[in-house]
Amino acid sequence: MSILVFIEESNGGPVPVGLEILTKVRAQGDVAVAYAGTGGEAVWAALGSHGATSVHHIPTDAGKLAPGAVAKAVASIIESTSPDAVLVGGTYDGRDVAGWLSALTGMSVLANATGLAFDGGLVVTNEVFGGTQLVESTFDGTGIVLVRPKAFAAEAGDGGAPAVSVVDLPDIGHAGSAAVTGSHVEESEGPKLEEANVVVAGGRGIGEAEKFALVEELAGLLGGATGATRAIVDAGWVPYAKQVGQTGKTVKPDVYIALGISGAMQHLVGMKDAGTIIAVNKDEEAPIFSVADLGVVGDVHQVVPKLIEALKAR
Amino acid sequence: MKVAVCVKQIPDPASDYSLDPATHNLVRPAEQVLDDTDRYGVEMALQIAEQHEGSVTLVSMGPSGNLQGIRQALAMGADKAVLVDDEELKGSDSLTTAKVLAAAIAREEYDLVIAGTESTDGYSGIVPQQVAALLGIPSLTYATQVDTDGSSVSIRRQTAAGYDEVSASTPVLVSVTAGVVEPRYPTFKGIMQAKQKPVDTVTAGDLGVEASPGQAIRSVQPAPAREAGEKVVDEGEAHLQVVAALEQAKVV
Repeated sequence: MSILVFIEESNGGPVPVGLEILTKVRAQGDVAVAYAGTGGEAVWAALGSHGATSVHHIPTDAGKLAPGAVAKAVASIIESTSPDAVLVGGTYDGRDVAGWLSALTGMSVLANATGLAFDGGLVVTNEVFGGTQLVESTFDGTGIVLVRPKAFAAEAGDGGAPAVSVVDLPDIGHAGSAAVTGSHVEESEGPKLEEANVVVAGGRGIGEAEKFALVEELAGLLGGATGATRAIVDAGWVPYAKQVGQTGKTVKPDVYIALGISGAMQHLVGMKDAGTIIAVNKDEEAPIFSVADLGVVGDVHQVVPKLIEALKAR
Repeated sequence: MKVAVCVKQIPDPASDYSLDPATHNLVRPAEQVLDDTDRYGVEMALQIAEQHEGSVTLVSMGPSGNLQGIRQALAMGADKAVLVDDEELKGSDSLTTAKVLAAAIAREEYDLVIAGTESTDGYSGIVPQQVAALLGIPSLTYATQVDTDGSSVSIRRQTAAGYDEVSASTPVLVSVTAGVVEPRYPTFKGIMQAKQKPVDTVTAGDLGVEASPGQAIRSVQPAPAREAGEKVVDEGEAHLQVVAALEQAKVV
């Protein structure tokens, strides 16, 4: 089976979900990568060790991915190499490229994939309805799969350097005229949300924006990152970069502490695979308790300050 | 500025969802509502139309049944709606949906197309990009802020680390995140007026679009559920159990 994986550059290297996909599919045979970014020897080596046998390099400026033009370049690679499957990581840029690519090639897309099997042909598993149902699907012909970040683990193998060829970015006129004029980083202290071993997240139940300080203090004590539900992101209490769930980030920390989070389907889908889930919520009927290893029915403003004191006293 | 907004009527998220075991199509409860995420797109469109002497046309695909969701958006202030309702479109993939929406939009005059980033029920999150590609216009996606002078549009585009500033001249498509603006509630007057506003119902055939599923569901099964663990009611000492759990997980 020949597979084409689209990977974009992020922080100077392949976006992590790209390496996760390569690790998952490398045993299937011929794995080519369409890589959008500046690239370089270190990048090719990383792609090769994770399973890429060849790389089609689409040179783009760092952080300025033009989805229409990049998709057009990927479409030309598909036309000349006829892969059996096209896989894309479900990042913001990945979703843009997959959407454009689908429209340009007429290929169907299966999004939010959490499982891939190669049972005669490609079988894709997605979670629907907040991860409560698993759906297995196949394509008529070649399709595009958007893979959920963290669905698979990335692990370097013993693959050597791949063959690299360059595919120039085509000019697609007005459709490709969107210009990135600036980039802003909303960095917070401590580890990144997607990489932290401990995530402390807050929801509506923390009461008001200022009380997010409790979430931050606890995360700081545990060397963890802070996260949030969509409700408090929409309310403007914390930036979007902290959102965990369907429209936000998927996290798999060793410990996830949910403070004042009811546990809507859309939130659970982003954190239910954490090692240990600890929840504090006033409402004993809150759905979060159905996935929590330890559920505390209580007031966040009573329990958390005591917890912080106890941890400080250690 | 003429604005087209993609909206979707979805089964009330508070109701039980299921897939038909035989056809694997979504079993839709009779009650349909405007997808909550679309309220942000409609509000954005209304604000832009108000600032730049424009109009707002809703474009939607799905069974007409009751038009509760569409009427909700009309009651907020949209001028008219086009609904593509066709039995052939049942179980459509995202690309077919996008083809239908793009064809319906192309029949209208438009400077700006607005869509939510993803629907609450299907959440593939790629229909806006597909629509832009089919219309041949730039896609500005995941907008947390939208500004326009009437001839070009600039957005703050959500990124993993923060946001980018991205702009393009019209015609252009913008996908907006929830929270981009505060959606208004329909007024009584708006609700009354919505009943008189035109809703044009067309078929896929009228638009010259052929449904092609492109994919097939092989099986549906419940996901292995995570077991609920211990639940304690705080009587002043529950924090000690949290400490113990953190010790057991070896993070303290």
